[in-house]
Amino acid sequence: MKPEFFQLWVYLSATPLFGLAATLAAYCVGLWVARRAGLHPLANPVAIAVLVLVAVFALTGVPYPQYFEGAQFVHFLLGPATVALAVPLFAQLPALRRHRWPLLLALVCGGVASALTAVGVAWLLGASEETMLSLLPKSVTAPIAMGIAEQIGGNPALTAVYCVTTGILGAVLSRYVFSACGVRSPIARGFSLGTAAHGIGTARAFQESDEAGAFAGLALGLHGLIAALVVPAAVALFRGL
Amino acid sequence: MIEALTALLLFQLVGELAARAAQLPVPGPVVGLALLFLYLRWRGEASEGLRQAAAMLHGHMSLLFVPAGVGVMLYYPQLAREWLVILASVLVSTLVGIGVTAWVLGRLVDRRPPAGDRQGSEGPAP
Repeated sequence: MKPEFFQLWVYLSATPLFGLAATLAAYCVGLWVARRAGLHPLANPVAIAVLVLVAVFALTGVPYPQYFEGAQFVHFLLGPATVALAVPLFAQLPALRRHRWPLLLALVCGGVASALTAVGVAWLLGASEETMLSLLPKSVTAPIAMGIAEQIGGNPALTAVYCVTTGILGAVLSRYVFSACGVRSPIARGFSLGTAAHGIGTARAFQESDEAGAFAGLALGLHGLIAALVVPAAVALFRGL
Repeated sequence: MIEALTALLLFQLVGELAARAAQLPVPGPVVGLALLFLYLRWRGEASEGLRQAAAMLHGHMSLLFVPAGVGVMLYYPQLAREWLVILASVLVSTLVGIGVTAWVLGRLVDRRPPAGDRQGSEGPAP
């Protein structure tokens, strides 16, 4: 590298502008690839953007905290976007009222199935106790899951990583699960994405329809609320046996 | 639009304060969601600006998860050690979780006839 260019790079990579521009540019690359692939579910824009950015930072040696200086502006919008989930939810109020018991039953079944299979598979493959406890709440939205992991003796930072992986896998693979189970109802599709793949699943549900997105947001919030109350108590009870 | 964004941030702020004050195990934005939902039920409608702001935020919601996703690179050493266990556990439980929820709800929701088809519409069956 020429010295002037190197200095410019050092300057640019240290300003928030770099992280912000890189995030949006990588997402645009992800969208472009997804469109070229005919919106094939395997071409998920988040997964592509993350892979592009990780590869670029591995090559250029930009550390994550430096990148996050700029990326935090995008990350921050998760808060208002979560609050705004009330709007599509309000629009679906009649369907919400009509289906409240089926929704609650499906949420409990799906939440318990996710947690038990996560721990069960890890246990069968001989994972450490810390890994199992960090995996237990990974189907819950990241901020709540991290709190749960801390309470039950897991590692909150690793739980956040499992949450992101869960969300991306759910967004990428949900369509195949739905066709395997023959599920066409947008309510069922959205609600299950929110239950088992929280925020990234909800983002995927909004790509299908506003109705699916509304029920995904509802599931995300309800699952987080119930898990925060029930999981620490259940783990304590299990330990006492 | 500015009013709507201000409202969203204010609801988040109040949610954050309420969650801290009451020491709830739930993050501030989720409390803000619940409060905004109650407010909309009380008002009876969502303003045009609020609907536009929500549509804007949700239209590209997946973009908002990119910074957190890149954070995975911070934990490479720990992940490399148990990657097979982790991948198997996350993959199986995500597929099972989505499948179980969708299947249960799909059966219960699809079995119910649409409101218009029911005899005597809203009343309970005799």
